[in-house]
Amino acid sequence: MSVLVFAESSEGKFKKSALEVTSYGKKVAEQLGTNLVVLTINSSESAVLYNYGAEKVLTVSNDALKIFNAKIVANIVKQAAEKESAQVVIIDSNANGLYFAPIVAANLNAGFASNVIALPTAIAPFTVKRKTFSNKAFNNTQILTDIKVIGLAKNSFGLVENKVSGTTEAFSPILVESNLVSTAIEQTKGKVTIADADIVVSGGRGLKGPENWGMIEELASVLGAATACSKPVSDLGWRPHSEHVGQTGKPVSSNLYIAIGISGAIQHLAGVNSSKVKVVINTDPEAPFFKAADYGIVGDAFEVVPKLIEKLKEFKANNA
Amino acid sequence: MKILVCISHVPDTTSKINFSENNTKFDSSGVQYVINPYDEFALTRAMWFKEKQGASVTVATVGNATTEPTLRKALAIGADDAIRVNTEALDGFTVAKELAEIVKNGGYNLVLAGKESIDYNGGMVPAMLATLLDFNFVNACIGLEIEGDKATISREIDGGKETLSANLPLIIAGQKGLVEEKDLRIPNMRGIMMARQKPLAIVESSNGKATTSIVSFEKQPAKSACKLVDADNVGELISLLHNEAKVI
Repeated sequence: MSVLVFAESSEGKFKKSALEVTSYGKKVAEQLGTNLVVLTINSSESAVLYNYGAEKVLTVSNDALKIFNAKIVANIVKQAAEKESAQVVIIDSNANGLYFAPIVAANLNAGFASNVIALPTAIAPFTVKRKTFSNKAFNNTQILTDIKVIGLAKNSFGLVENKVSGTTEAFSPILVESNLVSTAIEQTKGKVTIADADIVVSGGRGLKGPENWGMIEELASVLGAATACSKPVSDLGWRPHSEHVGQTGKPVSSNLYIAIGISGAIQHLAGVNSSKVKVVINTDPEAPFFKAADYGIVGDAFEVVPKLIEKLKEFKANNA
Repeated sequence: MKILVCISHVPDTTSKINFSENNTKFDSSGVQYVINPYDEFALTRAMWFKEKQGASVTVATVGNATTEPTLRKALAIGADDAIRVNTEALDGFTVAKELAEIVKNGGYNLVLAGKESIDYNGGMVPAMLATLLDFNFVNACIGLEIEGDKATISREIDGGKETLSANLPLIIAGQKGLVEEKDLRIPNMRGIMMARQKPLAIVESSNGKATTSIVSFEKQPAKSACKLVDADNVGELISLLHNEAKVI
């Protein structure tokens, strides 16, 4: 018996979400009175996982896996789950995790609960709390099958250090055939992505035009944040679609979300509700975003943001 | 090309979310239902393949008779026919198993769906369906072109996009980008009239056993009021974010 976690790496380095699912998996293993096994693909730094409670790390090294293929990875997870007699399989909610987690569940004929935000509230029957209705509510879901697959929502559990003396074992699974071929990958390097960012700075129509985004980018750069925008802004072509956050755009679950000149339509709020702390800067005190935000400034972004940048630079200099 | 578009019947985005029967059921009173927005992107792309490449387009949902107006709306937008599997959608895996029967029996070679429904947000049906059928599958699809038997697909990845190629049969889980919002269609009067005459088949469920079960719902806890900071004192905001919220 065991709990199996998949820890995603990028160019050999673990993503933050990998450490989060490992932290979570360790606690689930404790609840079940069993051990945590973490599966990694093409990562050389498995020892990092011991700090978060991985008693055993399975490392798969294979150049054929350098480019992600959901069917192949899902099948590797299945083989690892069978080899380790996993009762619970835990996968993160990055783009790749969202892609292959349900395939793992179907492979294992297991019940799958996605968007899980906390440790199981009961072990028998196995019950987890999940986000639902696009972040407007939660539900408590029982997983009824012998093997349970969990998709852990991003930034919902955090990193919990829990040092153990772990072991690493090489694992050589069979690779299934796939005729789905990756032909090109375009990825911005060196820029904080909305998916990975701890802080997101987002601009709306209140900024009046694309030429005014300099201060949004500067604020983001001071904070080490990703930049985002509301739907009207991407529809108007002021910013690329990839920056659109909200119901039909990208979901945000950062620690801090700063909305500048965004009124807070329900569709926008649905996409950013999972952020832990929300700040709004808007001239209109009646803007719906003030009801959803934790902190707010009623004021003109063109005056407030430059002052904020200046004060933040001082703050960063004093706290460096 | 035989296309099946999977449609989920969901409360409109602006609906008030309430629960009844001691928080065990979604309270649908006064709620307006719509085609799941992600599925609407898929349906709109399917219409393009119908008009430009002569594809046939069937829409399907798993649900009771109350879902029929949503299927009729899809027919009014231009789908050729509809299928309703007459059972409550218990969980994503069971829905995928029901749809797998439809795909097998109907010989569909392209299945378009949304990447998730905006009510239960499971994000699992298309992937599970593809696995059950052993079809190629692409999630978070933002572009799809078909030439003969060959598909070129793009998907959103963290910080960019990936382009893939595959042969049919194929399943994609779509999102914005597959088509743009301006491409979405509002049914016209002629479409609505024609939709009444189009076939809507009701098939019985294959009675799969649920693998998960929602036992209760909770609303978001009431939010404490927004703390307002004076526009002339942005330093206070920084200190609140640092000392109180501890996020910077």
